[in-house]
Amino acid sequence: MQIYADNAATTKMSNAAIEAMTDCMRNWYGNPSSLYTIGQKAKEKLEEARREIADIINASPREIIFTSGGSEADNQALLTAAINGKRKGKTHIISSAFEHHAVLHTLNKLEKNGFEVTLLPVHENGIVRLDELEKAIREDTCLVTIMTANNEIGTIQPIGEIGDICRRRGVVFHTDAVQAVGHLPIDVKAENIDMLSASAHKFHGPKGVGFLYARKGIILQNLIEGGAQERGKRAGTENLPGIMAMVAALKEATSAMEKNNKHMAKIRDHIIRGLSEIPHSALNGDAERRLSGNINFSFEGIEGESILMLLDQKGISASSGSACTSGALDPSHVLLSIGRIHDVAHGSLRLSIGEDATKEEADYIIESVKEVVAHLRSFSPVWRDLTEGKKEFILK
Amino acid sequence: MALYSEKVMDHFLKPRNLGVIENADGVGEVGNAKCGDIMKMYLKIDDDIITDVKFETFGCASAIASSSMATELIKGKRVEDAMQLTNKAVAEALDGLPEYKMHCSVLAEEAIQAAIDDYKQKNL
Repeated sequence: MQIYADNAATTKMSNAAIEAMTDCMRNWYGNPSSLYTIGQKAKEKLEEARREIADIINASPREIIFTSGGSEADNQALLTAAINGKRKGKTHIISSAFEHHAVLHTLNKLEKNGFEVTLLPVHENGIVRLDELEKAIREDTCLVTIMTANNEIGTIQPIGEIGDICRRRGVVFHTDAVQAVGHLPIDVKAENIDMLSASAHKFHGPKGVGFLYARKGIILQNLIEGGAQERGKRAGTENLPGIMAMVAALKEATSAMEKNNKHMAKIRDHIIRGLSEIPHSALNGDAERRLSGNINFSFEGIEGESILMLLDQKGISASSGSACTSGALDPSHVLLSIGRIHDVAHGSLRLSIGEDATKEEADYIIESVKEVVAHLRSFSPVWRDLTEGKKEFILK
Repeated sequence: MALYSEKVMDHFLKPRNLGVIENADGVGEVGNAKCGDIMKMYLKIDDDIITDVKFETFGCASAIASSSMATELIKGKRVEDAMQLTNKAVAEALDGLPEYKMHCSVLAEEAIQAAIDDYKQKNL
């Protein structure tokens, strides 16, 4: 059995997206900046795409800027709020401890340039607390940036409430919604979102394309200088095949969202129940307020990369927060941020199932993970020490 | 190209000399759980010859493969020869490791050294 269970890393392009992309490559190859008919046809397609994206998140077309993906959108949003804030003497930024590196590394860079960053704790359940956000906001806070849903543990933040607080306190609110767009309903007006980042390949669109929503009134700072594309805010000939494919994928994901989420949550909970039977294991992140496709467990006494490699042998593609999977020394900052200590964070497994996951596949996953965990524990010196009482179990 | 060589995968999927030796003549444990790798080596030594070796490993595929290969390289060897085992030899015997996994072979070398040191301590 072949099961792709790493949809949080990337998704397979949908047929609708592939068709939209090839249609564009064949028929709408003109440069949208050209004045003749072929160019203007492409321009029409581009603006149609912009309208459709805007409709889906309840924005205006002028508020959508196409980018090369989520990371670029995050970078541009943070830089925009920082530069605009600095002009008013505001150099304090609030974020959370478990943001994506596209946000955290940009914040590091801003810190080196005189900004002060407060990272809100995300607690054991992987959710920020509103009272802590209220308390963290200062006179000189120019930006709150908190992700809509976490990429590793799938926990969903109270975005509408955060938006309310920021609007009331007069602070710009950006959310990295890369894991959420196409999976959760988003209404930028109702939720008081000022800026939002999205990436097509997380909802069955192509890689290398995404968008940034920036509310009217926010003056965007450019990352890429050049021509007058995207109202002068993002130079470079538009990736129209990617943009058209992104829209096709997003329309499809949006129309089937409710049905998909209901189905996936059922499969997810079945897998969570199955894996919970493994002794000395624990679900990472809140059990309810999480993406319907996300399952993230820690297993004591073993290491995550070897779990992945053995699951791969069984045809299952998954992911881990172990340091060994990335070449880093520390395990995932997300798992550390919810209080998992190194020893247990190394033994983590993320399964992110797709819309077409079946109960049979879920059973096969449960069976396979149980087997792999038992096998690795059978020759782990850590597991021996734990079972012989030489060491205390961390996960009861 | 796959992440690991066929040799690494072979030793990871079918580790040689897995387990423990009761009343071993030398036991060595290196690494720590915080870093995500621990190797434990058990040696049986008769007349200065390593007649049996077993290991237990907590770690990634290359850590498990490195310990497995290291046990193969020293089994039947004289203690003095086993002491000459380098991490490079372990990595080469595995047809190479990714650059950022080389520390796994270092750990294997250190685990063997630690087990031999333990044996020498006991037989002073």
